[in-house]
Amino acid sequence: MNITYREAMRAALRESLKQDERVFLMGEDVGRYGGCYAVSKGLLDEFGEERIRDTPLSESAFVGAGIGAALGGMRPIVEVMTVNFSLLCLDQIVNTAATLRHMSGGQFSVPVVLRMTTGAGRQLAAQHSHSLECWYAHVPGLRVIAPATLEDMRGMLRIALDDPDPVIIFEHNALYNREGELAEDVTVSEIRRAAVRRAGSDISLIAYGGNLIKALEAADELAKSGIAAEVIDLRSLRPLDDATILASVRKTRRAVLIDEGWCSGSLAAEIGMRISEQAFYDLDAPLARVCTAEVPIPYPGHLEQAALPQVATIVNKARELLGQNV
Amino acid sequence: MNDKPSQISREQGLQWLQDMLRIRRMEEKCAELYGEEKIRGFLHLYIGEEAVAAGVIPELAAEDAVVATYREHGHALVRGISMNAILAEMFGKQEGCSRGRGGSMHLFDAKTHFYGGNAIVSGGLPLAIGLALADKMQNRPGVTACFFGEGAVAEGEFHESLNLAALWQLPVLFVCENNLYAMGTALARSESVTDIHRKAESYGIDSTAVDGMDVMSVNTAARNALEKIRTQQVPVFLEMRTYRFRAHSMFDPELYREKAEVEQWKQLCPIATLSARLKAQQVIEDGDVAALEQATGEEIQAAVAFAEAGQWEPVEDLLKYVYTDSAQNTGQSGST
Ligand SMILES: Cc1ncc(C[n+]2csc(CCOP(=O)(O)OP(=O)(O)O)c2C)c(N)n1
Repeated sequence: MNITYREAMRAALRESLKQDERVFLMGEDVGRYGGCYAVSKGLLDEFGEERIRDTPLSESAFVGAGIGAALGGMRPIVEVMTVNFSLLCLDQIVNTAATLRHMSGGQFSVPVVLRMTTGAGRQLAAQHSHSLECWYAHVPGLRVIAPATLEDMRGMLRIALDDPDPVIIFEHNALYNREGELAEDVTVSEIRRAAVRRAGSDISLIAYGGNLIKALEAADELAKSGIAAEVIDLRSLRPLDDATILASVRKTRRAVLIDEGWCSGSLAAEIGMRISEQAFYDLDAPLARVCTAEVPIPYPGHLEQAALPQVATIVNKARELLGQNV
Repeated sequence: MNDKPSQISREQGLQWLQDMLRIRRMEEKCAELYGEEKIRGFLHLYIGEEAVAAGVIPELAAEDAVVATYREHGHALVRGISMNAILAEMFGKQEGCSRGRGGSMHLFDAKTHFYGGNAIVSGGLPLAIGLALADKMQNRPGVTACFFGEGAVAEGEFHESLNLAALWQLPVLFVCENNLYAMGTALARSESVTDIHRKAESYGIDSTAVDGMDVMSVNTAARNALEKIRTQQVPVFLEMRTYRFRAHSMFDPELYREKAEVEQWKQLCPIATLSARLKAQQVIEDGDVAALEQATGEEIQAAVAFAEAGQWEPVEDLLKYVYTDSAQNTGQSGST
């Protein structure tokens, strides 16, 4: 079946709403407007205002309300338009959702699902383009996942809803319009596990979300010059699947980490450190990173593209590590 | 403000006295234990404000939810969390109501639907909205009572939450405990409009200012509010005008207010005034108060012993209670 990522998420939402009466979707413009990325288009007609609930511009109150509703036995899916706006409800996510279970000595779980878009590439300038998922991946008590394939976009929501703890799903905005073949019967085996999206023996390209596409393109490019790159899709940013990452790096002995966050304090930095701690002597080359330049994302297209990880940069880094002339 | 109704039954009078005395004496003991370093961290006492918890909480049904702040010992106690579990929590022992993981500011109890204990000013308001929404969507009769100080009124979350409660017609009882100071900041130094119940009115929420030093007024207001919430499925806002006799926390040298002002408010002590009124009406006698004091003293003694005898959670359990399936906890530690 040919389908877009947007349609895959919508199908997942529809299925969840049908399967479980406790599920409802809440957020700014999810209803009448159809979702600012048109993900929830049509759902209001199908499920009504109670369950496709438009909220005022009150990120803190409606995210907090999602947390409270989860405590009260519902299974809310709260859409925060973009990770940029989630800073207005950072308190509720970090100080409440992530802490209640611990501070109550295990008495209260918070089964809330938060969906937000992330990422740049649409010339929306700094306040709509940042990738801050590593801030959330820093926080114990949260689970952070990032679908990068159609199957994951379709399947991760169900798994997030089944999770008794707060889950944040980061959807890269550049993915929504992409089309592809979706297997009829989708089963996402395990969001906790990273996936090897392409096997290879010379170097590991480790990516997640929208940048998986770039990593796969880079691998195609490298193959032309005889380099077999292995591509790892993290899928879960918290917890990280060390085992899959290390198994790959021990095999290929080289790694490039691709992350749309800024280099400083990035998820790439964390993964690089884990590899150093656990597989230093297995490495044949220094670790390398392709991250976003240390600048708020600029508006002009050429500068925006220059700031972001690109296929060519990934290819060059990989060649460098393999001692090929760039 | 409500007028003070005159006659109180013996049973009701004794109940209020008992609830307020238990809070007061327990907290006096807490201050002592803090001095002995048995209780650590921040400790915020409710002394002076007891009439609010004692007047509101007994009117709630078992299925109703309570959301409170870091000054919540009184709410927790009146809601039915045992003094043993509260003191053990403050000691940090695993017999505490949050297994010792929360401490004074984070008392939780699933059985009594007590959702904290929240040390973020105004952080509980959105949570209360969600709990009420869950009740409403599941057609349950529950009401959520949300307690917070007047300092919370300056936060955006207060306004966002009131708007949502009114917009969605949610069964929330907002109880603002206006004790005139947010730490050391007097209300008039932080709010352009100090008449707090008017802010709630501006969202179309039924709102009343209540003499928070008088348990009977508090109780009458709470009962009326809850009836309205239950029958009409709307939020109601009560501004309790009260005062804390003690410092903000144990670290506060109280440089921001005059001793005379504190003394003046102490004349309105909710326990002393109720007791005097009941005696004047010959509903109770000195012996009744003495008996209450005696029972409370014994309860406190037993609770301290319980807390003392409590166990420290084994350090091997450190990573528990982060995720529901604790096997997942190891996921984020790189080197182990
Ligand atoms: C968001 C936030 N900002 C600041 C603080 C520090 N703080 C703790 S208590 C307090 C005063 C709150 O006063 P009020 O809401 O009136 O409650 P009261 O202590 O009088 O009961 C402040 C500023 C905090 N805990 N949370």
